[in-house]
Amino acid sequence: MKNAFKILIWFFVVVLGVFALLTIALRRGEEINAMWLVLAAVCTYAVGYRFYSKFVAAKVLVLDSQRATPAERLENGRDFVPTNKWVVFGHHFAAIAGPGPLVGPVLAAQFGYLPGIIWILIGAILGGCVQDFVILLFSVRRDGKSLTQMAREEIGRLGGFVAYVAILSIIVILLGVAALIVVNALKASPWGTFTIAMTIPIALLMGVYLRRLRPGKVLETSVLGFVLVLLAIWGGQWVSQNPSAARWFTFTAPTLAVVIIIYGFAASALPVWLLLAPRDYLSTFVKLGTIAMLALGIIALRPVMHMPSLTRFVDGSGPVFAGKIFPFAFITIACGAISGFHALISSGTTPKLIRREVETRMVGYGAMMAESMVAIMATIAACVLQPGIYFAINSPAGVVGKTADAATATITSWGFPVTAAGMQSLAKMVGEQTLFNRTGGAPAFALGMAHIFSNSLGGQAVMAIWYHFAIMFEALFILTVLDAGTRVGRFMIQDALGNLWEPIGRTSWYPSILVTSTLIVGAWGFFLWQGVRDPLGGINSLWPLFGIANQLLATVALCVATSIIIKTRKVRFAPVTLLPLVWLIAVTFTASWHKIFDLNPRIGFLAHARVLSALPTSYETSRLIFNDRLDAAVTAILMILVALILVESVLLWIGIVTGKRTANIKEAPFVPTRFAEEQG
Amino acid sequence: MTKLRHIMNTLAAVLREVFDESAYARFLARTQAVRSRESYAAFLREIECRKHSTPKCC
Repeated sequence: MKNAFKILIWFFVVVLGVFALLTIALRRGEEINAMWLVLAAVCTYAVGYRFYSKFVAAKVLVLDSQRATPAERLENGRDFVPTNKWVVFGHHFAAIAGPGPLVGPVLAAQFGYLPGIIWILIGAILGGCVQDFVILLFSVRRDGKSLTQMAREEIGRLGGFVAYVAILSIIVILLGVAALIVVNALKASPWGTFTIAMTIPIALLMGVYLRRLRPGKVLETSVLGFVLVLLAIWGGQWVSQNPSAARWFTFTAPTLAVVIIIYGFAASALPVWLLLAPRDYLSTFVKLGTIAMLALGIIALRPVMHMPSLTRFVDGSGPVFAGKIFPFAFITIACGAISGFHALISSGTTPKLIRREVETRMVGYGAMMAESMVAIMATIAACVLQPGIYFAINSPAGVVGKTADAATATITSWGFPVTAAGMQSLAKMVGEQTLFNRTGGAPAFALGMAHIFSNSLGGQAVMAIWYHFAIMFEALFILTVLDAGTRVGRFMIQDALGNLWEPIGRTSWYPSILVTSTLIVGAWGFFLWQGVRDPLGGINSLWPLFGIANQLLATVALCVATSIIIKTRKVRFAPVTLLPLVWLIAVTFTASWHKIFDLNPRIGFLAHARVLSALPTSYETSRLIFNDRLDAAVTAILMILVALILVESVLLWIGIVTGKRTANIKEAPFVPTRFAEEQG
Repeated sequence: MTKLRHIMNTLAAVLREVFDESAYARFLARTQAVRSRESYAAFLREIECRKHSTPKCC
């Protein structure tokens, strides 16, 4: 009887999910309520978690409730600590939730909401969640080893090298593009710039408060910091309305880029406790609160989405970024569906906290579902905007025209009506001078979020406050990724160069800190500078590059996972990781090929360089040509790296399947757990 | 009511873990130290390499 009831419930969930998905897919020419997306997502995640992740756990990974995890075996109260599964889930989610699932889906909304939603759901259930879950479990079974260590041990030395290069490249490109998003959100915005500038003294104050006055009281300090940030947002309004004060905080994109480069260098070289750690706590506090608030806002207000399910830009002529749905929608959405970066977290701190092997399913698979839900919310935030407004914000001046009249005429001619007066009044309503040419996704997301919130709390009178709250949230979030990433990149360079000359490997030796900080900041600063000087807005070339690098890292993770599955003689279950891997290879190779060789100068780097070569020679065109060729070279290197690790992996798999190579498993030996009797 | 209290306790535990308060409590227990500026500075030194050598996710 109980079983029949369960079957009935799951049958109902499946029917509801299919109905919601069909409603989303088949509606044409009429607006749709965002709750259909939420319903489709929740049902899909429920079915994916209940059935697919259970299948992977039981048949492919054979989770063992009797086996002790490294948290138990190596417990030391420091790195290895058996922790409650909900606490690990929260910790893991806080670590994997980054700006990617907020920005990527907003940019991909240029195709309409349908392609993004379908890929976020399918990609997460069959790809991203599986990758996070499998890598987490394999790391748990190897005493919490990192992805690079596992790649080296399970595939070969080349695998380890490729993983290292992939991680460093993705960090450099990510930081460049992340900084560009902040620059585009803050340029000519005294309110936003003031608020974000204030977060630096607030973080310094938090650092001193935490270390000197209330040692260890992080939550209390974060609440204090949050209150100060809210005051900074309120103060920003005064700054924006006061011409003499506004002048001090009104910057052009190149000036902001220089300021952010200096900030990145300082954050990398200053003591962690003073700036980086308190900013990290503040950012996490704001991030978790805002994501929860956005989820509640969408459910409570059930906003209507004005963006059509599919737009004319599925043909590849989109103004936000050029290229067809395949492969560019997948490269653009990246983290919301599958993110290589998560494999670093799943093989970092999290495996050292897992108390029981069976809990890796909830933590690995479940937390990625939550991350994917954030991507769905970002899609909703972008699509509640009128399409004309969305395109006016996200289209670079080089595509739609430099003046407001030219831009609105171009966008209206695409069938998305928008007026210069309407955009001006909207900009005024949110306390900005203009909303045109705000590429990067952050301002469109902020406007969508402000639109959702202002409908319930305070109305249009406080829309400006909500908009700047959202901008602050994203910029704070992104700058935290930037300062932490710069430091990590510095450590990686020190580690590598330390093999050539030992003193440079010492992380506390100041000359080494200065040299390696300069190298890493110079690397991402180059991409940032390239982006701000790009007539097409920078996002058009840099975000796909970031997406390719991210998906390359996922390819490395899935190669490691497939190798281990094949080594454990479960070849028939290898498609669980092999199919997402094949898909990612198809996506990264096709995207890389287009980005290098496509004849359309808006897509292909080399074609763009050829167009520029035909123009009269100047310093500016020479620089742009160099940038295009460099981007093409970086893309080619990433593609070659994928090919190398793939060839090494395939040779290993063939060798094992044909019996020519022995399957050496590097798992830690079985030790029975003392937590075996626990339920769940 | 008990269920709600349990949920709130779990949420508080999650926040304490995310914000390193639990890690500091474990550090104090492990080193038999008391909450002070010196012990917190030692804790920060210990977690610096571990925590800040992992990239923030994108």
